[in-house]
Order: sequence, then C-alpha cells, then structure tokens
Amino acid sequence: MGCPETNDLIEAYADGELELSSSLEIERHLADCKACTAALKSHQALRSALGGASLYYDAPPRLRSRVRSAVRKQEKVVSLGSYPGWRWVALAAPVVSIAILSWALVMVSSTPSPGYLLNQEIVSAHIRSLMGTHLTDFPSSDQHTVKPSFSGRIDFSPEVKDLSSVGFALLGGRLDYLDRRPVAALIYQRRKHLINLFIWPSQGGAEAGAVETSLRGYNLIRWTRSGMHYSAVSDINLAELRSFQQALQE
Amino acid sequence: MDPSELKRFERTFLPHMSAAYNLAHWLTRSDQDAEDVVQEAYLRAVRFFGGFRGGNSKAWFLTIVRNAAYSWLQRSQAHGLTTPFDELIHDVEDGSPGPELELLQSATRQDLLEALESLPVEFREALVLRELEGLSYKEIAEVSGLPIGTVMSRLARARRNLRQFLIDRGAKEE
Repeated sequence: MGCPETNDLIEAYADGELELSSSLEIERHLADCKACTAALKSHQALRSALGGASLYYDAPPRLRSRVRSAVRKQEKVVSLGSYPGWRWVALAAPVVSIAILSWALVMVSSTPSPGYLLNQEIVSAHIRSLMGTHLTDFPSSDQHTVKPSFSGRIDFSPEVKDLSSVGFALLGGRLDYLDRRPVAALIYQRRKHLINLFIWPSQGGAEAGAVETSLRGYNLIRWTRSGMHYSAVSDINLAELRSFQQALQE
Repeated sequence: MDPSELKRFERTFLPHMSAAYNLAHWLTRSDQDAEDVVQEAYLRAVRFFGGFRGGNSKAWFLTIVRNAAYSWLQRSQAHGLTTPFDELIHDVEDGSPGPELELLQSATRQDLLEALESLPVEFREALVLRELEGLSYKEIAEVSGLPIGTVMSRLARARRNLRQFLIDRGAKEE
C-alpha cells in the first residue's frame, strides 16, 4: 500500500473501522513512511484533544421530568402524581382495560361455568381493592385486632393468622361481597405485592383441596377447609402464593 | 398508550437523554433550543415507538433527534446548512509534524469549542457523533441517513477543517 491509499484509510484505521487485512497493510506501510506516521499522530492528537476537553453537553436534570410529563400529556397517560391514591389507578389501568376485555369475552363465549364466573368475581374484587383508597376497613398488623373487627358485621368469624414470620405481613381486614354474600377479606403484603384472602362459609361443608387458576395475570388459589371457602389472589408468582396457602394451612 | 408500554418506552429511551441533548446542543448551539429539540424528539419517538423493532435504540433515537434538530434549524433560519464549505488546500506538510502536534496538544477547551462551532453543521454532526458519542461509522451512517463512504469523507474533511482552524488561530497568536 502506498501513501495515497494509506492517506485515504488512515483515519478509518485509527478509528478501528478497518478489517484486519487492510489494517496490517497500513501498519506495514507506516513502519517505513514518516509522512504517514506523522499524519496518524496528528489524527490521534486531535482525537485525544477532543476527547479530553469536556466538550460533552450533559442534559440538565430538569429536562428529564419535563420530557416525561410532556410525553404523558401527549399520550394521555394518567400522571403518576404525588397523591398515592392515583398511583393505584395508574397501575391498575391496564388491568382494568384487560378486565373489560375479559368481560367482553365472557359475554360472547357460551355459558361459562359458575366456578369460572366466581374466579372472575374474585379477581375483580382483588383489583377493585387496589384501585381506590378502600384496601382495608380495619388496618392492623395484629391478628387479635383484625379478627374481632369482623364480629357484628358478618355472620361468621374468620380465622386470622399472623404470617409475618414467613414473609407475609398482615395489613388489615375488609368487608367485601362475593358469590352473592358478604365475605371477609384479609390483606397481606409480600414485598410490594398485595394478597387478598377472601373467606366465607361453604354451603355443602365438604373439604376441597387447593385449586390453582391463573386469570388476567393474577394467580388464584381456592380451597375449602373446616366449612370455610378460602380464595387467595395476588399478582405474586404461583410458587409464592402456594407457600402463602401452605402457611395458612399449618 | 397504556402505562406498561410507556414504561417500556421510558426504559428504552430515557437513558439516551444525554446523548440526545449533546447532539441537539451541538447542532442548535443553544441550551434552550437543545431542550426543546430533545423534548420534540421524545414526543416524535413515542409516536413512532410502534415501528421500533428493537435493535440499536440509541442510533434509532439519535436519528429522530437529528431530524428534529434539522427541522428546528430550518424553522429558525439561523442554520449553517448552506454555508459554503471551502475545500482546504493546506494539508499536513510531510516531515514537519512537530509544531502542529504541539498545537493540537496545547489546544484549550475554548479553542476546541470554537473550532467545532465554526464547522458547517453536517461536519460538526459527524464529528460529534464520532468523537463525543463514540458511534461507529455504520451507526453514524444510520443516524445521518448517509452511505458509509460519505460518513468517512465528511469525517476526514471535518477533521482537516478543525485542525486548520486551530493552526490558523495558533499562527495569529504567535
């Protein structure tokens, strides 16, 4: 390779953009050409001057929030503002749209089973509890406070267990309405995830083992024990929900 | 756009904000205009997000930033797009690299800022993407919508021009 060809490729060579064979040819030429070596040095000096002169303009910190809110405004996405209640609305919005879709699917599909409809109802109750400010009627991490709070409000006394030792913190209790009757709901928390445990008396009284379902991205485990129906629903993974269910059984 | 899609958008493109701002600043040469261009680029990107098939998100986004900056330059009329570019005749003289090397090595930040700003916008763009953003020729070609050969010749001319600016300034100071 001679000087004119080397001159054409010297920058690409210094930029690491040449394939190996061309690079080797250039290096062979550079070994005994002072002019081309000088050109390479000059190129490298310019590069290191540019690289070392802090010529980079970093985005000012305020630009980030400005851009985020402009994008949200354009896309009409509910802003994650300071009021915590809205966070749930924003987070639940996709779920709600899926819920509406699922409902539409239920409407067109032929005669869904009662169990399926109840599962839908349970998941909807779970989602509804996360959407507003009505997660608990009696917030308490103390099982001995939560259990008596139900008396006088419903016609049964649900068992309330403290599972904080196995990583499920009790947040409190709530009254809800499922399967055409008032039910007890206990709310547990695992990291950032919430679990609703719905409890109500079973009609037949037969024991039933755990039945697992996945619905609209939520995991659901239902079982019947000592005359009570239990339904645990959450967005935590199934393995964790299973360990929750097993801890309750113990 | 639903919030989960928006999250994905932000995860993909918010990390490129400084790259976007740096390019926009070098093209518009103004803090305020760079911010406006970056915001406009994000608004465009979110609209085109459905067409983004993964891959090089930085190059994809910088393409939008570049186009937003050029639209802005055209609107403002204060651009250097039509600045005639004089092909430089002063090449490195064989065997006398000493003074030039010293000059390049002793150039201050202010010298380099002015030298870069003196370049026509398309040469400035190529050099900023290469030297400050570290993009490959292929990525610059994608961002600027040019064949790689053109990228190479633009870079070469930009560097020659820059070097000459610094040499002329050095000569004036002496």
